[in-house]
Amino acid sequence: MKAVLLGATNGLGRALAQEMASRGAQLCLLGRNLQALEKSAKDLEIRGAGGSVATVPCDLLNRECFDRALQDADAALEGFDTVVVTAGVFGTQDELEADLERASDLLMTNFTNTVMFCELARKQLLKRGGGTLCVFSSVAGDRGRKPAVLYGATKAGISHYMEGLDHRYHEEGLSAVLVKPGFVKTSMTAGMKPSLFAAEPASVARTVLNAIHKGKPVVYVPGVWSLVMLVIRWLPRFVMRRVGF
Amino acid sequence: MTRLSGWGRFPVVEGFERLSPDLGAACRGVSLTRGLGRSYGDASLPSCVGGEVAATRLGNCILAFDRERGVLRAEAGFTLEELDAIGRPAGWVSPVCPGTSQVTLGGMVACDVHGKNHHRRGTFGEHVTSLRMLVADGRVLEVSPTEEPELFAATLGGMGLTGHLLEVEVQLERVNSPWIAAEQEIASDLEDLVLRLRQASQTWPYTTAWVNALARGRGMGQGVVTKGRWAEPERSPRGNPPRLRRMGVPVECPGWVLGPVSMRAFNAGFYAAHKFKRQRRVMHPDRFFYPLDVLRNWNRMYGRQGLIQYQCVIPMDAEDGVAPITRFFETLIGCGGGSLLTVLKDCGPAGTGMMSFPRPGVSVALDLPMRGRSTQALVDALNRSVLAEGGRIYLAKDALTRAEDFHAMEPRLEGWNAVRRRWDPEGTLKSALSVRLLGDEA
Repeated sequence: MKAVLLGATNGLGRALAQEMASRGAQLCLLGRNLQALEKSAKDLEIRGAGGSVATVPCDLLNRECFDRALQDADAALEGFDTVVVTAGVFGTQDELEADLERASDLLMTNFTNTVMFCELARKQLLKRGGGTLCVFSSVAGDRGRKPAVLYGATKAGISHYMEGLDHRYHEEGLSAVLVKPGFVKTSMTAGMKPSLFAAEPASVARTVLNAIHKGKPVVYVPGVWSLVMLVIRWLPRFVMRRVGF
Repeated sequence: MTRLSGWGRFPVVEGFERLSPDLGAACRGVSLTRGLGRSYGDASLPSCVGGEVAATRLGNCILAFDRERGVLRAEAGFTLEELDAIGRPAGWVSPVCPGTSQVTLGGMVACDVHGKNHHRRGTFGEHVTSLRMLVADGRVLEVSPTEEPELFAATLGGMGLTGHLLEVEVQLERVNSPWIAAEQEIASDLEDLVLRLRQASQTWPYTTAWVNALARGRGMGQGVVTKGRWAEPERSPRGNPPRLRRMGVPVECPGWVLGPVSMRAFNAGFYAAHKFKRQRRVMHPDRFFYPLDVLRNWNRMYGRQGLIQYQCVIPMDAEDGVAPITRFFETLIGCGGGSLLTVLKDCGPAGTGMMSFPRPGVSVALDLPMRGRSTQALVDALNRSVLAEGGRIYLAKDALTRAEDFHAMEPRLEGWNAVRRRWDPEGTLKSALSVRLLGDEA
């Protein structure tokens, strides 16, 4: 496996990169904090990543750098076959309503720019006959809900986009893997009350990597969330208007 | 706020946990740093309701690994499980393995953990070559047996109360095979068990004994002595030990699941099973070192009220025979203390750590269901017995010991406190344990 990871210095991305490294994958890390990238690269090399782990600067807020970053990553890996996007930002609905600038950045980062990045990655993968594009959405994208209107909307957009990609390009060899994490204990969720079924990043990473290998189009982590969301998706509107989640 | 607790799920403190991959930033300004929360009692809990502690779980980067010399340096949140996964294929293992791999390097240093090889290799701290710490005045220091040796000695077993551990460097142990050659023997009573354990430790690097603590009368102290060493490569299975499949305890069990009847049945069954089990075999190292890890969340079996671990060391040498440990067991049985899993281990000499637990003698670890006041009374009685024998308790397991008993057991406390106050004159570093036992202000 030759994988490019955007957002691997933190949380789920890091755990996934560590799991990939332990299975000998060749990796290239994209991110904006060069110091953090170097530290992660060294860690992944010791954990068993194939060859040296390359690092390439790339900021999800700055669309101009995407093309260059993917080309550099392609050169470093001599042709990647997997692209993983875990980067993204989070804000509670109250925070985002109070700060429109922040809301705009979140919408831009989590949706528009993530999609623009994926479009470039998708083209690159298809040029060589296919590969895996794995993007992290969230269970928050399955239903519009009171505490996550804006964040949930970006994630719903990503889920929709990935489903479309799967339908359109599956035949051409693109495996679009959409990951919908429930509550995972990372710095993103620090300070929030852990929900039922809260998971640790390492166990989530193993499930995701198995899904990538099998080319599963949608994977809920932990798996129990597929049942929870099945129920929530079918809750009638008058119930959703009343409940707090 | 989140409900924070140790592995015993008692006590529970509502508080905040700060999580970040940047440990230096996460630890700044909080009164305590915790790892995976695998100490049983209140050692990893905030000093008061609403208090904030940092957790190192996300700071788990390996910073350097010298495969020639076996020196590994990693952030404090790096776990023993990860260390095993990386070290074993390269022929290096942790010099000390406690009873679970779900612990961080930081936690192993703060509790100065010991394992089945304590009689040979001492505690984990004896193999730590350097620490990087954030101390109370905000400085980040390199601390080792040669740099700030006093702080180093106070930090081994210091329960995280001398400074925040950011990085740990440790000298690993070279092995020719990652598999374990193990042998077991049955012991019919306590005397037999202790003598067999002592004898085994003469020739085996890893020894421990399981005791049926519910057997009374002549069978008191009957049990199984387990011995192990790293297998010879030609006798080992090919390849590295695979990751074991783990089962989980999905929900909190009702309290009666581990009641007196089931505990007695389990212990009698365990003893009987070993009478007929193959005595000699090559084992997966995880099954040897961390048998309970195959059952994730096994602490849920103890129900809502949780469990208490109690571990003490009773000073004993060959001349004492087995009288001191027999007196301790008589106290335990006299109080009606039912322990599901009881483990004995002969300890070697005490090490560098000023507050480290082990000392020459026999250590006893008990798993007790938490049952409110009767459990408190049992712990008090056991502490009196330990005190009379001149022993001491293990803070990583403790939740119920009273401050006055602890002070009476620990003549070392004054010296350690002096070092602690020198490095933290304002008393910013504290935990629920330090409030309970050391008189820190909540």
